[in-house]
Amino acid sequence: MIRLLSLACCLVAALPVLAAEIKTRDRRSGFDFMTPSSQDMQRDDMLNPGMLWVLEGEALWQQQAANAPSCAGCHGDAKDSMRGAAARYPAFNDRLNRPINLQQRINLCRSENQQQPAFEPESRPLLALSAFIGAQSRGLPIAPPEDARLAPHLENGRQFFKTPMGQLGLSCAQCHDDNWGGRLAGAPIPQAHPTGYPIYRLEWQTLGSLQRRLRNCLTGIRAEPFDWDAPEMVELELYLMKRAAGMNIETPAVRP
Amino acid sequence: MNLARLSFPKTAKKGEIIEIRTLISHVMETGYRPDATGKVVPRDIIRRFTCHYDGEEVFRADLWQAIAANPYLSFTTVATKSGELTFTWEGDNGFRHVESGTITVT
Amino acid sequence: MPMPGRTRWTRRETLAASAAGAVGLLLVRPSWGTPDALAAAIREFTGGATLQRGRVKLDLPPLVENGNSVSVTVRMDSPMTAEDHVRALALFTEQNPQPNVAIFHLSPRSGRAIVTTRMRLATSQKVIALAQHSDGSFWSDQVDVIVTLAACVEG
Repeated sequence: MIRLLSLACCLVAALPVLAAEIKTRDRRSGFDFMTPSSQDMQRDDMLNPGMLWVLEGEALWQQQAANAPSCAGCHGDAKDSMRGAAARYPAFNDRLNRPINLQQRINLCRSENQQQPAFEPESRPLLALSAFIGAQSRGLPIAPPEDARLAPHLENGRQFFKTPMGQLGLSCAQCHDDNWGGRLAGAPIPQAHPTGYPIYRLEWQTLGSLQRRLRNCLTGIRAEPFDWDAPEMVELELYLMKRAAGMNIETPAVRP
Repeated sequence: MNLARLSFPKTAKKGEIIEIRTLISHVMETGYRPDATGKVVPRDIIRRFTCHYDGEEVFRADLWQAIAANPYLSFTTVATKSGELTFTWEGDNGFRHVESGTITVT
Repeated sequence: MPMPGRTRWTRRETLAASAAGAVGLLLVRPSWGTPDALAAAIREFTGGATLQRGRVKLDLPPLVENGNSVSVTVRMDSPMTAEDHVRALALFTEQNPQPNVAIFHLSPRSGRAIVTTRMRLATSQKVIALAQHSDGSFWSDQVDVIVTLAACVEG
């Protein structure tokens, strides 16, 4: 951590804030920054541990709760009904009058249509269902909804991305717009595109959500993470998806 | 619960060497890591994996804490006759999981 | 910052949470691998037989992004007949808290002597592969692996 801290400080001191967004043609998935061995692990379903969660999610999709339909009971074959769904979230929810992410959408379905308690954030069934639904969009381009009601939230997310935070006073943009391709504590700095969530992160030795990853970033710059599903986090997710619009979904991705 | 994924050819020629690949959900807790309170989390690993071909053991692995979480294994066997391949993972806390599949040998 | 719903911390998380990283490193590793432990584990596998270098081949990526999961293949050329086959392949590490990684038991029914798995490496170190041949000989190979640390971990 001392090494990370000093490196991060050097980074701040040595490099000017360019504040330029990455051009569409220069965008690269985190996949491109990995070693061939890690890339193989993602590409080959038998090597990709994330597929174990997809398998579990597939079973949950069919599982019937007491006196309530299964996911499949309403949505049928996920291969058709969920194709492209993960590429469109976060999306605006009429009832809550704000954007919600895919995990929140799953939990709303549970409480409203299945009369079941919401899954805990980062719980295994929630990750499994997200991975299963996400995998139905593998290879499809990220396609944020064209919805005017999202505009102010998108702008909040953009501001969040560019605001220096934490004891190190670093913004997301300083690492991921201005210094991608550089290195931090020996690891390459990627562009931070949310193409593969939930991801199997080798560091975690398990599958985790985009919010878990964002919390790691915040901790890295010595900032206090927001609560799970805090509006600020969902707005940041919204901006990240907009920033990655057109890039292909890789769920479940593998990352170091 | 769907815990494991298997991969091997459904059909093979007699005498052909086939590759078998397995992946299973398991934390492989080392017993060396402290939790958030500083208390060491007890060891919880898969200690043994076996593959039986029509009841006869054709591969066995003894595993320790240094095997990565969600263990992956690939190995080979000779396709001798049509039959059942059975895979068994056994470990700490009474963990035992069995999967099987059939192979047709021509 | 512990996370709700999480029960496990990796070494690096604990390390990150520690105010003094270098001190933390020593505190949270209860039993560092020792040359004695490695020698004892190898002796148990070989029964004290002489080790020869060669024939068995160990493949690991030279640079590892995260020591939590490292692809490793161990193989030995052999016709795998009743008279001439590999009985077992084994993996050991020099500096993990425990020197044993895995022992794979083979037979002529294996057809080939090749096994792939994924292992943990607590730090940059030597990984050792041994093979037991049906003629009673033991063979070895070893690889030095460099493990880099991940950035922005849970702390």
